[in-house]
Formats: sequence, C-alpha cells, structure tokens
Amino acid sequence: MIPRAKLKAQKVDVAEAFIADRALPEGGAWITRAREAALARLTDMGLPVKRDEYWRYTDPRRLTETAAQEAALLDPQGEAPVFGAFDRVKLVFVDGVFDAEASDSLALDGVELCTLAEAARADLHWARDLYGTLEARAQAPVERSLASLNTAYATEGLLIRVTGKPAKPLSIIYRRSATGGEAMVRHVIRVEPGAEATILENGPIAARFNQVMEVDIAEGATLHHVRAQGRDHERAGAAHLFAQLGAGSQLKSFTLTANGALIRNEAVIWLDGEEGSAHIAGATVGDGSFHHDDTVFINHAAPRCESRQVFKKVLRQGAIGVFQGKILVDQVAQLTDGYQISQSLLLDEDAQFLAKPELEIYADDVKCSHGSTSGEIDPHQLFYLRARGLREDQAKLLLVLAFLAEALDEIADPELAEDLRERMEAWLKRRV
Amino acid sequence: MLEIKNLHAELEEDSEVKILKGLSLTINPGEVHAIMGPNGSGKSTLSYVLSGRDGYEVTEGSATLDGADLLEMEPEDRASAGLFLAFQYPVEIPGVGNMTFLRTAVNAQRKARGEEELSAGEFLKLIRAKAKELQIDADMLKRPVNVGFSGGEKKRNEILQMAMLEPRMCILDETDSGLDVDAMKLVSDGVNALRSPDRAFLVITHYQRLLNHIKPDVVHIMSEGRIIKSGGPELALEVEENGYGDLLAEAKA
Repeated sequence: MIPRAKLKAQKVDVAEAFIADRALPEGGAWITRAREAALARLTDMGLPVKRDEYWRYTDPRRLTETAAQEAALLDPQGEAPVFGAFDRVKLVFVDGVFDAEASDSLALDGVELCTLAEAARADLHWARDLYGTLEARAQAPVERSLASLNTAYATEGLLIRVTGKPAKPLSIIYRRSATGGEAMVRHVIRVEPGAEATILENGPIAARFNQVMEVDIAEGATLHHVRAQGRDHERAGAAHLFAQLGAGSQLKSFTLTANGALIRNEAVIWLDGEEGSAHIAGATVGDGSFHHDDTVFINHAAPRCESRQVFKKVLRQGAIGVFQGKILVDQVAQLTDGYQISQSLLLDEDAQFLAKPELEIYADDVKCSHGSTSGEIDPHQLFYLRARGLREDQAKLLLVLAFLAEALDEIADPELAEDLRERMEAWLKRRV
Repeated sequence: MLEIKNLHAELEEDSEVKILKGLSLTINPGEVHAIMGPNGSGKSTLSYVLSGRDGYEVTEGSATLDGADLLEMEPEDRASAGLFLAFQYPVEIPGVGNMTFLRTAVNAQRKARGEEELSAGEFLKLIRAKAKELQIDADMLKRPVNVGFSGGEKKRNEILQMAMLEPRMCILDETDSGLDVDAMKLVSDGVNALRSPDRAFLVITHYQRLLNHIKPDVVHIMSEGRIIKSGGPELALEVEENGYGDLLAEAKA
C-alpha cells in the first residue's frame, strides 16, 4: 500500500499532464462556469491510476495517457448496421463530431433537440441546471474524474429535452473515419413529467472515447436507453451514465459490447422519488485482449423503489471481464426492492472474470439480493441437447445465447432486443 | 435392430471401476424389452454408453444400430440415426424455450438425414397435436426447457420429444421414477401410442409396475454389469414377488 498523499500526487500529476496543452473550449457564460468548476474538480481529484481501489481490476492508463493510441477501423463485411431496420431519427457523429448533413432534422414533435456546440455559444440554456451537476453529484463517495474531464472539455454532444412522447426513437450513431484520435462526447437529457422516449446509441465513437450522459427523469416519466458500442477491437473508452429519477419514473438502460481493448462503462443512478424504477443491464462478448469493465452504483434514496442490475459476459481466449456493482439503500428507502446479478460464461480456461458485488443497507424493511457466478458451459445441458440431435457447435451456441437472454430481456422493445440478439449470435457463430 | 455384444465399460476417470462386464442383447424391430435389476447393476450406465455420454470408456465389445457402429458416433449422430434416450433426470435449460428447443432438434435431425426441414407452420401443427395427447399445455411449450416443471411434467416432456423426433430405437431410463399413478398412465399411454412394427423399445426400470402399462415382450434381469437371466413378462412378476435375491443367488451358483 502506498501512502494516500503519494497516490493523490500521482493522480494529480496524470491530470496535469493530460490538460497541459489543452485550453478550455470557448463558450457562453453558462457553460464556461460549468467547465471551470469541472476543471477545478479535476485538478483537485486528479485522474485515476492503477493503484486506485476503484480501478483495481482495470488499468486506466490507456484512458489517461496524453496521446490516444490508434485503433484500426472495423470492416463490417457486409453486416447491416445496428438498428438499421428501424424507423428512427438519425443523429450522426463522425469521429465524435456532429454531422448535420448525415443527420435527420432535429425538429420532432415531443422533443427539443440541439447540439452542445450550438447551445454552448448561447449565454443561457435550459441545460445549465443539469450540465455538470449530475457529474459533480457522482463524485462521492467515489471519484469519477474522467467524467469531470469530459464536463470541462467536451464540445460535442446533444441536449435533449423530452416534453411529450415522440413517435420515433432518437438514434445516435457514431461513425469513425480516422484510425487515430480521441472524442469527448457529452449528452444531457431531461425527460419532463409524464414524457417518454427511447434513445438508441450505436457505434464505436473514436479510437479513444470519453462519453458522459447526464439524465434527469422527472415524475412519472420514462426513458429507454439501448446502446451497442460497436466492435472495433483496438478502441478504448470510458462511458458514464448519470441518472436521477423522480417519483414513479422509469429508466431502462441496456448496453451491448463486443470486442474492445479497454471499455469501462459506469452507471450511477439515484432513485430520488418514491416508486422509481431503474434497470441497468449489459451483455458482453469478447475474446483475446478484450477488457471490459461494468461499474454500477445504484442509490436508493426514497421508499418503494425498485432496481435491477443484470450483467452477462461471454469471455474467451484471454478476455477479461470486470463487474463492480453496488446497491446503497438509504435509511429512508424502506420497501426497496433491489436485485443484482453478474455472471460470466468462460468458454476456455484463459478467460477471467473479476467481480465485486456490494450491498450497503441502512433501511430495515428491504428486499435486496445479489449473485455473481463464473462458469463454463454445463456439460449436462450440452449432452442433453446433443442427445436430441443438435450438433455440438449448434448446442453450444444455443446455450451461450440462453445465458445472455436474461440481460437481453431487460430491453422493453422485443424487436430491438431481437436485433441485438442477432448481432451476438453472428459474433458467436464466427467463433464458437 | 439394436445389437449389443459382450459390452465392457469402465469409468473414464477410474479404470478400476468396471461397470459393464460383458453385456449382450439383441432387440428386433417391433419388440419391447425391459431391463430390471438392483441399484448399481449398471442399467443407467448402459443407457449412457449407448447414447454417447462422456465419462465412460468402452474397453471391449460392440453396439450397433441397424448395423452401424454406435460407439464410433457422436451423440448427435446417434440421435439422427434413430436412437433416443428418455432421461431419468431430464436437464433444465434456462433461457431456451421448450418449443425453440424441439424445433431446433427436429430440424437438426432432419438436416443430418438429408431431409427437408419443417417450416414454422408445419412444426406448430405437429407439436400441437402431439402435445394435446400428452396433456401438455401451451404454457409448458413456451416455458424454458424443463425449468420449474414437476417430475411428471418433465417425464411427459421427454415423451413429447420422443413423439416429435420419431426415433426407431427408444431407451427409457427409469421413466417411472417420481411419477404418481396418473402421470404413469399418461406417460405409458404416450409410449404405447408410439409402438409400431418398425420401432423398438428398451425400458429400464427398477419396479415391475411400469410394465403393467407398457407390456414387454422380453424381460432381462441385470446384475453386476451383465444380463443374468432373460424371459417373458412373468419374470418381472417373479421379481415383484420375491425380489432379486433368489435370481442373484441362482446366477452365482
């Protein structure tokens, strides 16, 4: 164990080196204030290093070194784009920069949409009460300074205010054209009382990405979030989802990750109003130098809320999967219903799964359960299927997809779920 | 149809544990054979060795189905060749719907035999008819394979699979275990409905009572890895009345 002061100094050094040649972006008064505050948080906390307890299983160096490593562009080999078959509002980013030409019109009933670049030029914007606020709130009890970095430096992203029930999903598409480069993308989403929307995201963003999504879901509102993070193998990135939920509101967030040298997905959720419901799920398939980390923190701060965390990972040939998940139940949060499961299926002996599930409960009348398992394909199930005539590879594929099913079931729309299931099946067929 | 000659098998992980010690058995098309025997006589091992489960090493002898060497084949090829094992303990498979499983299995076998696969419509029509006969409702077809099924439901599900796959050689491994009287009748009726001149059955059981419902042509008594006596249905009644003791003593003498 190295002394705390030394660790702190090391983290501050990493942050200082990172920002040495970067000036804060120009902008209007509201965002400049938010950026300056975030920069102060960042230089105070520093950036994560491997010795951080919170980064115990994942070395953050690729995310914090001053120059981003390159990542080859994926050749889709004719595979149809994710969500391509759905009627949706396309919002396209190329190398992390909004591409208006490639995107659909931002005018849509039930939604106010504008780009961060545009909003930042204004003196005032509705997002001023949110931008950086949830990120700042998320800095305790554990520091998440990569998100502060994003608040300070991001110039691209979308500000989405859902006022009604838009007829189509908003589909954010991240394309890459350059093998190198870094992208910081920031979305701020406010779902007004009783409103409901679906936000889709797909694509690898950049060779290195730092993405933050701040979400404020008001009373009785619902947000569906379905994300497919591309499969350019050499990319690295960190994504943060910060969401606060009002009374009777709902959040369902699902992430599919295939391949990736280093992906860290963090989610921090506050159930602030009674009877809120948050489901955070993820399905992950990876092999080789794949390293994937899901870190989730769910804070039950009001009575009668429900939360579910369902994370499934299929790992092979040296791949590493990490899960850190915590349910914190405040004293006032009676009748909390919390569920957490993290499981990995190791297809060979080289793969590794590291899990740290945590419960911290201060209320006395709650129902919380968590489970974490790691295993191989069950030989009894495999034999049963083969004895009925399924070829060995076919039987394995069926069992792996069955393993992933519980996570996919967290997607409310069955057609979206089926699209992603087919992606995973295609990925597995190329390998199993 | 099924020809087993001098079959010897031991545990793969411990060659000292020899389970089958020279078992021979011939079953002709249309026949129903029963194998009875005390616990540990090797009855279930016989079913596993024939269906190709890992963990056993065949050291001597042969087993053929219609002349094809079963022991050289993968489990799925044995299935496609017409061998079916109704499991003593059907396996639960969360995440795989019963219907999906059955359709995949039926079509995998058809494909392996070079036959046309069944369309979704054809399959649905077929399974509805067969499920009805076994009193399997739509809910049981939709649920994950065997998950949350009662003992009786699991066994009925095995017979449904058998009815859908239409194997030529059916092995029933203690299908009566865990069944109440009504479930036993349902399962037996399901099996009897499948009896035909070109299909054969090997019924492994501990008790005679199943054989009241599924009438065997030949009854074999198995002990210590071999068949020690064969006879007609009366042999099962003899066991029911006197237990295995006399038969075992007779065989040793």
